[in-house]
Amino acid sequence: MESNLVMYEGEFRRIDEELRKLYQQTNAKVLFLIDKNGQLIASAGDTYNLDTTALASLTAGNIAATGGIARLLGEREFTVLFHEGDTDNIHITLIGERVILVVIFDQRSSLGLVRLRVKKSSEAIAKIFEEIAAKADREKSEGRLDESPFAEISDEDIDNLFR
Amino acid sequence: MSFINYSSREINCKIVYYGPGLCGKTTNLQFVYKKTKPEQKGKLISLATETERTLFFDFLPLALGDIRGFRVRFHLYTVPGQVFYAASRKLILKGVDGVVFVADSQIERMEANIESLEDLKINLADQGYDLEKLPYTIQYNKRDLPNVVPLTEIDGLLNTNNTPFFEGVAVNGAGVFETLKDVAKQVLFELKKHY
Repeated sequence: MESNLVMYEGEFRRIDEELRKLYQQTNAKVLFLIDKNGQLIASAGDTYNLDTTALASLTAGNIAATGGIARLLGEREFTVLFHEGDTDNIHITLIGERVILVVIFDQRSSLGLVRLRVKKSSEAIAKIFEEIAAKADREKSEGRLDESPFAEISDEDIDNLFR
Repeated sequence: MSFINYSSREINCKIVYYGPGLCGKTTNLQFVYKKTKPEQKGKLISLATETERTLFFDFLPLALGDIRGFRVRFHLYTVPGQVFYAASRKLILKGVDGVVFVADSQIERMEANIESLEDLKINLADQGYDLEKLPYTIQYNKRDLPNVVPLTEIDGLLNTNNTPFFEGVAVNGAGVFETLKDVAKQVLFELKKHY
């Protein structure tokens, strides 16, 4: 069973920075980083007219289905998916079997450029997530997490959500 | 697997509605969607066949409010209930934080309920989960129909571990929010245990 993903300010900033860099290098329209379970972690570019939550969930479903096909064929994973549209294209990469990098681009960029840049960024992003996992393990074993929002959670807090 | 983001102060949790075909999983989500304020919900995504049977999953993101300064988001998913979509069902359980089992109360669906519950346990075990240790709620749906199994009997059949259960008539919303609230509560208390 996978452990929960806990993201702190410092790591988040590094990821954000990496995405911004990639955004500029690829000339993409928009970039997303999604958790394999369909939760949006970060994005770069113009997300204003996009339903990012739905996009994250559907992309994760897409990767999950492709992973299912891979296993049926005796492959471990298909780590890159590419969808070509009339104007926009989507390049999806599975990084470190944990997060999904989505690049949406049009004719101002090219598949070759996106592939090249994504490959380099993937390594940097994978490293950040390895560090996040290591940090979470360490803090869990030491039995502490910074300013946990859950320690004081009460029945009333939850009732309030459903009012 | 929930996602706790200290940077954006958000908690994301995944809740999966499981159960046999036509038991009312999608109907549960549709009612939640209908009754939630626009600012609290995203789009209800249904990957369904032309006959409105769920093909891959339904998805509804909810952001009901804040707890201790953290925005709490629940991502509700349903699985396709039909037996032959087994491979897809397994995928949707990945990273699940809480499960709702929607049982069809009609006598002729008891076997399908049992089969689906077994399927749930096997698929969870494949991912390293144990249903007895996971936040889990049961909804006995379609209680308004004439041919339903008495509550004590259906509960005796499907609920072996004193799991909280609710009677539901998802088409008119009876029991829908009670079920969701119960599983949400369990999910958040589970986080409290670990963090």
